[in-house]
Amino acid sequence: MSLLIEQALNGVQLGFMLFLLAAGLTLIFGIMGVINLAHGSLYMIGAFAMAWVANVTGSFLIAALAGLLTAGAIGMLMEYFIIRKLYTRDHLDQVLATFGLILFFNQLTVLLFGRQPLFVQIPGFLEGSILLFGDVRYPVYRIAIIAAGLLTAIGLYLLIARTRLGMLIRAGAANRDMVRALGVDIRLLYTVLFGLGAMLAGLAGVMAGPILSVQVGMGEQVLILTFVVVVIGGVGSVRGAFVGAMIVGVVDTMLRAFLPQAFRQLMAGPDADALAAGFSAMGVYMLMAFVLLVKPKGLLPAHG
Amino acid sequence: MTLKGFVSGAAFALLSYAPAMAQQPVKIGMVTTLSGPGGYLGADMRDAFNLAIEMEGGKLGGVPVQVLVEDDALKPGQGKEIAERFMKTERVKLLTGIIFSNVAGAVVPDVLDNGGVYVSPNAGPSNFAGKECHANYFVVSWQNDTLHESAGQNATNLGFKRAVVLAPNYQAGRDAISGFKRFFKGEVLGEIYTRLDQTDFAPEMAQVRAAKPDVVFQFHPGGLGITFARQYQQAGLLETIPMVVASPSLDSVILKAIGDAALGIHISSHWNSDLPNAANKEFVAAFQKKYGRIPSYYASQGYDTARAIGAALKGTGGKVDDTKAFSDAMRKADFQSVRGDFKFGPNNHPINDWYSLRVERASDGNLAIVTKAKILENHSDFYAKDCKM
Amino acid sequence: MADLKTTVAPASAGRTYAIIAIVLALLAALPFIADAIGQPALTSLATRISILAIGAASLNLALGYCGLVSFGHAAWYGVGAYVVGIMYRHSVSGDPFLGFSIGSDQLLVTLPLAILISGLFALVLGALSLRTSGVQFIMITLAFAQMLFFFFVALKAYGGDDGLIVRRRNVLPFIDTRDGPTFYWVCLFFAVAWFALMSRIVTSRFGRVLEGIRQSERRMAAIGVSTYPYKLACFVISGMGAGLAGALMANHARFVSPDMLHWTQSGEFMIMVILGGAGTLFGAAAGAVVLIGLETQLAALTEHWQVILGPLLVLMIIFTRGGLSGLVRLLRGGRNE
Repeated sequence: MSLLIEQALNGVQLGFMLFLLAAGLTLIFGIMGVINLAHGSLYMIGAFAMAWVANVTGSFLIAALAGLLTAGAIGMLMEYFIIRKLYTRDHLDQVLATFGLILFFNQLTVLLFGRQPLFVQIPGFLEGSILLFGDVRYPVYRIAIIAAGLLTAIGLYLLIARTRLGMLIRAGAANRDMVRALGVDIRLLYTVLFGLGAMLAGLAGVMAGPILSVQVGMGEQVLILTFVVVVIGGVGSVRGAFVGAMIVGVVDTMLRAFLPQAFRQLMAGPDADALAAGFSAMGVYMLMAFVLLVKPKGLLPAHG
Repeated sequence: MTLKGFVSGAAFALLSYAPAMAQQPVKIGMVTTLSGPGGYLGADMRDAFNLAIEMEGGKLGGVPVQVLVEDDALKPGQGKEIAERFMKTERVKLLTGIIFSNVAGAVVPDVLDNGGVYVSPNAGPSNFAGKECHANYFVVSWQNDTLHESAGQNATNLGFKRAVVLAPNYQAGRDAISGFKRFFKGEVLGEIYTRLDQTDFAPEMAQVRAAKPDVVFQFHPGGLGITFARQYQQAGLLETIPMVVASPSLDSVILKAIGDAALGIHISSHWNSDLPNAANKEFVAAFQKKYGRIPSYYASQGYDTARAIGAALKGTGGKVDDTKAFSDAMRKADFQSVRGDFKFGPNNHPINDWYSLRVERASDGNLAIVTKAKILENHSDFYAKDCKM
Repeated sequence: MADLKTTVAPASAGRTYAIIAIVLALLAALPFIADAIGQPALTSLATRISILAIGAASLNLALGYCGLVSFGHAAWYGVGAYVVGIMYRHSVSGDPFLGFSIGSDQLLVTLPLAILISGLFALVLGALSLRTSGVQFIMITLAFAQMLFFFFVALKAYGGDDGLIVRRRNVLPFIDTRDGPTFYWVCLFFAVAWFALMSRIVTSRFGRVLEGIRQSERRMAAIGVSTYPYKLACFVISGMGAGLAGALMANHARFVSPDMLHWTQSGEFMIMVILGGAGTLFGAAAGAVVLIGLETQLAALTEHWQVILGPLLVLMIIFTRGGLSGLVRLLRGGRNE
């Protein structure tokens, strides 16, 4: 039982990481109609900026701030110089251009930081693990990730539901052309929004820094999974991204944790483990295909 | 087309007063992985290979050499293209450099079918060690399984009885687990297969905790190993369940990246920077002087590979075209290996000792990998008996 | 995207055929030229490019002519390659597969079978995928491709992640495929045949319907065309082409691995198509030449070649519309629409 609870917590924690990435991606996807393959690069940039500053200053908080701001700033520059020219193009051009950006950012990071992964220490106040209840121990840092994800989700909800910016975001998701026709400075809105999405990706990178290895190519590893989340949740919907992220996080974790045992009932140990590992890797993609077949626009589509 | 790479000894070669003839430098083609998360493995190996050449003034075994280096980006197809270009355009007969088994699997048969010689500084997949062994194929590093056999023996020697084993779900990972089990005398409570693109091991940590073993054996090379070791510590497992690994899961680069999370981990390896033989002392000092860092074991293999090639070149007077003569000279392994005693077995794979190492805090406060004991003596590999050359 | 017609006005038809004939003659002579200039590895590079051009051209049919943005093209490519790899493995070991003796190293057997099986996979998964459209279609094709990728990674019996080695190329009667230039001519033959087939398809009635669907599916439905079977047929033909390319690549590289199904491979095919200009017949070939050529040349210059290639792609997209064919139009002073 305690194993089940711990695995569920792991699933939720993965879900929150995915949510941070997916929220930014879905906003950009839904409102500007841009497929940004380079979203993973922003995650990587956030992590690298954070790792570098943390090693120079020794302060986790300053480093976290630096990671957020760097990702946000680079996101806005990217929007201003490149993405802006792609709004009117079809998805194909966007895919190609942002793929080019991935190549560039990855290799630039190699030039700046080398190929060896960077190391970030977990800050002292988040180290260790605590006893939650019964015999369930859980690392403090992972609880912090869940908390940060939860705060971001609430913050985003308030931003979208209660502020003028949020109103524009909702209007933009529902009918982009109408917002433009009503005289809103859509260019500025887009730049700000892109920066916000980039910052969310940067935040995910910052949170990931101390537990994963900060290395070139880390962005692409999560990018595809993030796309799965966005599509399952419904393109353009932040609520959908939240639901999708939780589902993907929990399903992926549970399959990895419990599928081998299920397979062991049917066949010999080593074969079962290897086969189950393969099937659990396919799991989220099967889930996505299933969701799209039943609800072609995703679970909670933003419009229509 | 200008080939990337550099000319290590060409200048020396032109100026050298070779007694018999003005020798053309021998071209050595190096196909290696320099980009991506595994890039540092290839870079370390290459740097040490060059160091060996530089220490001889642009020569190996008294013969001027020129090394052509290209990056395979861990793509087997790309590796094949490069090898083919080396062999056809540059007329290279002697190739080396591949880090990863899957690239080796694609490139090596090509080299051999084209009548070339291949000397591996790292990858030693099982399929070329047994029935498909070849007179012109040499492995200076190790046969993949021996890494993990030594870890299994190490765990047995340390008195562990119940183990959980983890590795990524690919050939080298599965080989790791079977190698470990071959020499581990205790009970294996569970085998957990991870993914090669996995970044979060939290579910696996929970499974390990639930199984309550005496020891954990894991094989996660490069970036995966960093993530795994740190999450192992963060999950609070490092204090309660000791970990046994083979050297790829904890090289000096990974050690630097995971910091204190590595304290107390048991490593098995064929080489360590503190081995007391003279060749090793010279190598470690020269490497540190030139590159300002402690050499990883990839570096030691690059250096040994260069010196093994040097010994063969010396034996044939710098001729590679007669590959039979070159291979015969190569097989003698007439060089001082940085790992101590070294010879080639019947399948041209190494026979050498294996050591138990441990991560400890040195007197200066830094972490160091310290040699503790010998695990296996003159250890060959499992597949040598199937090799009929 | 510009409206490009591949039909040729009668007056210039003769000239076009003459150009095609000259280009073909040059391509056929390439191994001799490569030897003459002391670059024999060029033949191998050209073989790879002509194989990838087949794959790109077949993606172009779905993507450029039918508007089906498939992000899972590498799946069919990989399946084709695995058919060759698995049949070769069985022909060497002699083991039956599910009780059938399926081993073969005859190119005339493996190639059609690879095309057929890739087509079958495309038929089943395409029939499901085509229930969606737009961004969801891009993503569901990606999801299916990733599923197949992980399937082959878990397929321990056939090498799993490490792939399968095809020690000797499949054989053809009277032709020595082990010889580099000969195999190049074989691949060139298939590439030319595939491009000829594509050209027939896009100018046929079927091709016009596809073009109509690309421009406005709703309009086609309104005039009474049931679009689903057309789209599916287009998707399946595209998958079969990728299977052909995969089977040839398995022979060329003599190696098959799950990497061939990875999403970055799908991305690379897409880049070739877009680079060359989606919906232009020879764009796919041009895209393959330019992308592989650039990669090889830049990689020879510096190990950090991606720092150059990345921005080059971005600039290309921003300043030309329709990739290379857009660039050509731009240089001719034509209007970019």
